[in-house]
Amino acid sequence: MAATVNTRKLARTMLMPAVIILFIWMIVPLLLTIWYSFQNYNLINPVNAGFAGWSNYKYFLTDPAFFQAFANTLILTLSVLAITVIGGILLGLLLDQFIYGQGIVRILVISPFFIMPTVAALVWKNMLMNPNYGIFAWIATRLGFAPVAWLETFPLLSIILIVAWQWLPFATLILLTALQSLDEEQKEAAGMDGANFASLFVYITLPHLARAITVVILIETIFLLSVFAEILVTTSGGPGYASTNIAYLIYHQALLDYDVGGASAGGVVAVILANIVAIFLVRLVGKNLDA
Amino acid sequence: MKLNRHLAGFASLVAIAAAGPALAETTLTIATVNNGDMVRMQTMTDDFTKANPDIKLQWVTLEENQLRQKVTTDIATKGGQYDVLTIGTYEVPIWSKNGWLVPLDNLGADYDVDDLLPAIRSGLSTDGKLYAAPFYGESSYVMYRKDLMEKAGLTMPDAPTWDFIRQAADKMTDRANGINGVCLRGKAGWGENMAFLTAMSNSFGARWFDEKWQPQFDQPEWKNTLQFYVDLMKADGPAGASSNGFNENLTLFQQGKCGMWIDATVAGSFVTDPKASTVADKVGFALAPDTGLGKRGNWLWAWSLAIPAGSAKVEAAEKFVGWATSKHYTELVAAKEGWANVPPGTRTSLYKNADYLKAAPFAQMTIDSINSADPTKPTVKPVPYTGVQFVAIPEFQGLGDTVGQIFSAALAGQTSVDDALKQAQDVSTRTMTKAGYIK
Amino acid sequence: MARAISPQKKWTFTILAWIVALIIFFPILWTFLTAFKTEGDAILFPPAFLPPHWTLENFFEVQTRSNYFKHFFNSVVISVGSTLIGLVIAVPAAWSMAFAPTKRTKDILMWMLSTKMMPAVGVLVPIFLIFKNLGLLDTLGGLTGILMLINLPIMVWMLYTYFREIPIDILEASRMDGAVLWKEIVYILLPMAIPGIASTLLLNVILAWNEAFWTLNLSAANAAPLTAFIASYSSPEGLFWAKLSAASTLAIAPILILGWFSQKQLVRGMTFGAVK
Repeated sequence: MAATVNTRKLARTMLMPAVIILFIWMIVPLLLTIWYSFQNYNLINPVNAGFAGWSNYKYFLTDPAFFQAFANTLILTLSVLAITVIGGILLGLLLDQFIYGQGIVRILVISPFFIMPTVAALVWKNMLMNPNYGIFAWIATRLGFAPVAWLETFPLLSIILIVAWQWLPFATLILLTALQSLDEEQKEAAGMDGANFASLFVYITLPHLARAITVVILIETIFLLSVFAEILVTTSGGPGYASTNIAYLIYHQALLDYDVGGASAGGVVAVILANIVAIFLVRLVGKNLDA
Repeated sequence: MKLNRHLAGFASLVAIAAAGPALAETTLTIATVNNGDMVRMQTMTDDFTKANPDIKLQWVTLEENQLRQKVTTDIATKGGQYDVLTIGTYEVPIWSKNGWLVPLDNLGADYDVDDLLPAIRSGLSTDGKLYAAPFYGESSYVMYRKDLMEKAGLTMPDAPTWDFIRQAADKMTDRANGINGVCLRGKAGWGENMAFLTAMSNSFGARWFDEKWQPQFDQPEWKNTLQFYVDLMKADGPAGASSNGFNENLTLFQQGKCGMWIDATVAGSFVTDPKASTVADKVGFALAPDTGLGKRGNWLWAWSLAIPAGSAKVEAAEKFVGWATSKHYTELVAAKEGWANVPPGTRTSLYKNADYLKAAPFAQMTIDSINSADPTKPTVKPVPYTGVQFVAIPEFQGLGDTVGQIFSAALAGQTSVDDALKQAQDVSTRTMTKAGYIK
Repeated sequence: MARAISPQKKWTFTILAWIVALIIFFPILWTFLTAFKTEGDAILFPPAFLPPHWTLENFFEVQTRSNYFKHFFNSVVISVGSTLIGLVIAVPAAWSMAFAPTKRTKDILMWMLSTKMMPAVGVLVPIFLIFKNLGLLDTLGGLTGILMLINLPIMVWMLYTYFREIPIDILEASRMDGAVLWKEIVYILLPMAIPGIASTLLLNVILAWNEAFWTLNLSAANAAPLTAFIASYSSPEGLFWAKLSAASTLAIAPILILGWFSQKQLVRGMTFGAVK
């Protein structure tokens, strides 16, 4: 890179506004959260106030829901990643073929991405998954099964389905773009050598998609770790703690207990966990994106 | 940020442009729930603004939980975004003790505060001062299908026992025709399944806490309550009951899928409304069940209008609250939409009104239910708290929600009744210790 | 492309693709259809696919109960506003990271993304207090600012990956020709970067439009966008599926139509460096 000293200076100046603004946006809430996490601060009980020591952390980490919430967060994130990446590749391969009405098909497939999470969750909960009037119940009775109370019997799976439906279009778009950039000649050459579809896919297509998959995982993880609206609208984290994730647990403390101290401690814990995930992601991204 | 100020300025310009030239007017921001009676209130406001041309009304209508969160956050941090709040009997005692509400002693000369139902009025007062004006009040009762009851060969007494309810439910259940003997709340939430279960537990002699704030879920009374509830729902309840709240059950009942439904008295006008209900002419009413211990399983609630302390618009807000909860408002609704649609459960005079009693078949049972609820002595054994279907302490909503989740898991069959009670006991002990009740 | 595709294969793929697409689209289609049903027809079982009695009643009722156009206006202002302000900050930052990278560039980028990992609920009260003290509660300015902040990392990342693919040689060639920096940016970089910027703009308008936590909790009446509009229909007493569907249709239609018409532009720049 032959950037001159001047351009370097200029580059730094241009970078600064974004860095400073994001730094403030990060540090101010973070410091306040750390501060509150050591306080007894309940919005609706102003009497019980003062320095709390580590008790907020103690209570958050020993919460009977904590480990399940932690596990649910991982299950939710990994399942949605798996569904959207695999589904995205398959859909991408399909949409990469010659199809009559391709434009419309593509529009239909990407549409869920534009839907507000609350709307998506409300529609799925009421009009699809309702065991008495929902479409799924109707399909089940048509096939001769008893209707399934989705949100009661498979709460976490239901949420995974809803969230995966929202993110599948994103994965499909990115992966499809990557597929389309795959050199046609490369494929043809391999095809002439007698490679069948499977080996073509494993040796040519998949390696080519590695970067795209990485990107999908990275961006989605950021959003999936804090999935919350879908849970609030559909199951409120239940039955029991069956669909509670960390974000929902913190929500419970912040807006049902109004326990600002406890929610702050939860926030700090979540940041630490998220950063552990981030370190893994950085490794992954670093490996795949630099190459 | 300068740009923010510009944008804010731009926004207020738009607001002013929309409001017209009368700059002297006061705009009241009213936060309310998206329930039918409140939605109707919004269509009635011409009457108010005609009488008070200098007051403009602006509504924030939200689903109950959203509303509660936003209003609580706002008032606790003195955000000052709202001038009139819609809150319930749970919030009023706690908030008034925190000094967050304006006492309402200026509701107009013809307000007739003594006309308010005593049980409701006492629930909304602290130290003899009224802190919120009831917009509509409710208790809970049994709604049942007269035709199915007859088919089962039974007669519903005016004051049934739980055993009778179970017996009737068993007989009415007809899965092949999609009829569930009984529909009860199962959706987790302190205002959903826990409102029902706490009221029910009162009639089984249970209590949340003893006089020393020790949780009582390890006692046999709670075990009886929860076991009865889970067994009953398993045998005679609808599919997916653990996600059914008031609204889901209302739909089921209106569609003729429930033999009995024990829930809020306001549901009476919905299930007897021929426009929405397929069973409108077949519904009977009875008091909530008991077990002969002296308490019935019915609750007491009033959605009420309150004014936040520190508001700069108290005078205008008082005028509005006075209007919305007055006898005049009741007459206004009756004239425009019929007597069956007036907000129920707040005034004695309404239940002496012959027109109303004629239009509302559920009226007598509603007032009897409200009168039989006693928030100051809700349980068989003594307790340190008030509130029938809730415990009026700040920690209750969080705790009630958690216990509600645990019990809804028991209903869904994911935990046993014993495990659920043990978890509830543990989590209550934790919460009460953290909050400093248990030393 | 040299290979001929047999018609049989074409039709197989076409049918398969249409089936999958319709399944994926079904929940949205169902919402649209339900919006035109009466409340009673909306919960018919077995369900009626097409409304047995077409009606616009739900839309009228929704409009009399809440002022759709005001919420719509607020949504447009905050989503477009936050994106434009974000672009002003993100374009220079992405430019400098793409064309004058240092050893730290990657770290800075990841750090920026990591600011998105803080769970919003955990910081609601602190942010609410800050907003209150700055007088930003329930203002379009406040909401615009917060949406800009939460989307800024994505914008920087997206632009950075796009800019990086612009061949640096061209810029250097122009620099050799003595082009000054602003000319370099305006005449060379911008035209090549337009697709990336356009797609960043679209994606962030979409994300901001659909953001439902901050917009709901930091607004009351004046600045409440469509997310708050939806919250007043989510579970009232009585039957509500048709009204909810009508409200949902009104809330998602603008962004859905925008998405449909701009999907080519959206896709073109949204590679996040996925394509080499």
